[in-house]
Amino acid sequence: MHELSVTESLLNLALSHANQANATKVIAINIVIGRLSSIVDDSVQFYWDFVTEDSICAGAKLNFDRRPAVLHCADCASDYTIDHDLTPCPKCGGMRTTIISGEEFFLDSIEIEKEAEKIS
Amino acid sequence: MSAIRVPVVEKIFSTNDKIANQNRQNLTDKKVLAINLMASPGAGKTSFILETIKRLQDQFRIGVIEGDTAPVTIDADKIISAGMPAVQINTGGDCHLDASMMGDGLASLPLEDLDLVIVENVGNLICPAAWDLGTHFNLLVASVPEGDDKPYKYPNIYRGLEILIINKVDLQPYVEFKMDYFRHGVEMLNPGLITFPVSCRTGEGMDAWIEWLSKKITDFKNIV
Repeated sequence: MHELSVTESLLNLALSHANQANATKVIAINIVIGRLSSIVDDSVQFYWDFVTEDSICAGAKLNFDRRPAVLHCADCASDYTIDHDLTPCPKCGGMRTTIISGEEFFLDSIEIEKEAEKIS
Repeated sequence: MSAIRVPVVEKIFSTNDKIANQNRQNLTDKKVLAINLMASPGAGKTSFILETIKRLQDQFRIGVIEGDTAPVTIDADKIISAGMPAVQINTGGDCHLDASMMGDGLASLPLEDLDLVIVENVGNLICPAAWDLGTHFNLLVASVPEGDDKPYKYPNIYRGLEILIINKVDLQPYVEFKMDYFRHGVEMLNPGLITFPVSCRTGEGMDAWIEWLSKKITDFKNIV
């Protein structure tokens, strides 16, 4: 249930980069989200339309680049992908694992429009 | 008009993380160790804090930040009547504390006079795990009646811990709780996690925790 504050943080971050780039409108927001980050992307999408009202991000499309959860087994040195539950290494049954990817949650890029620069 | 791609690559929690780092620096400068204490509702967070204060109050000064979703001061009142400074933060229905609320809480505590700050986060096993508050370590109070499947159901909170307390161990004969199964789940998520099984009611296991914490507070004062 914390997606509202997450969505507000996302908007603030996108706006600050859009303003720096002198954007007049933001067309799309590209987000990287890992399987293990405790963020529900449907909820972010739901709040997005509300929080962006009256901003240059209104109507911007949210693109989610979903990354799988990949674990590394310290016992047999193999990497394996898990879905949701944490499971021991399927090769050797080892439990000494480290997470290689799946915890990502960042704003990768924004797509903007801006007025053609005037040459005086 | 032309569409342009602007690379960002910045964590969406970056503002929170910045404030969290300021909080941590502020605490470290004043040589105050801070713990983010998390748990589900009813696991015994406040009891655990009160029992910890009771055993440490002759040695250390302890301040408490109480996070609650509703404007009730029940928990803060209990700490204050135990003789320690406490500040209540009402999250206004939000499911977790964040770094800026924590900063407000710290501003209301006499940090110069304190050795330890315990932050009692909102009772919840999901949301608090995502927000860095700027404490020095994360502690979870799990409890036997909650069930032995919690590490499997709430992996994120277990992964980010430095300390695990298993409270209400005196209830083990009365409820279905397989300690091996519980610990197996914890070991997968957080190998070698420092764990103290305790009972706030009988006092069982509290000595080991207090000994560990006393050493941690003293070491922290000497190192920073």
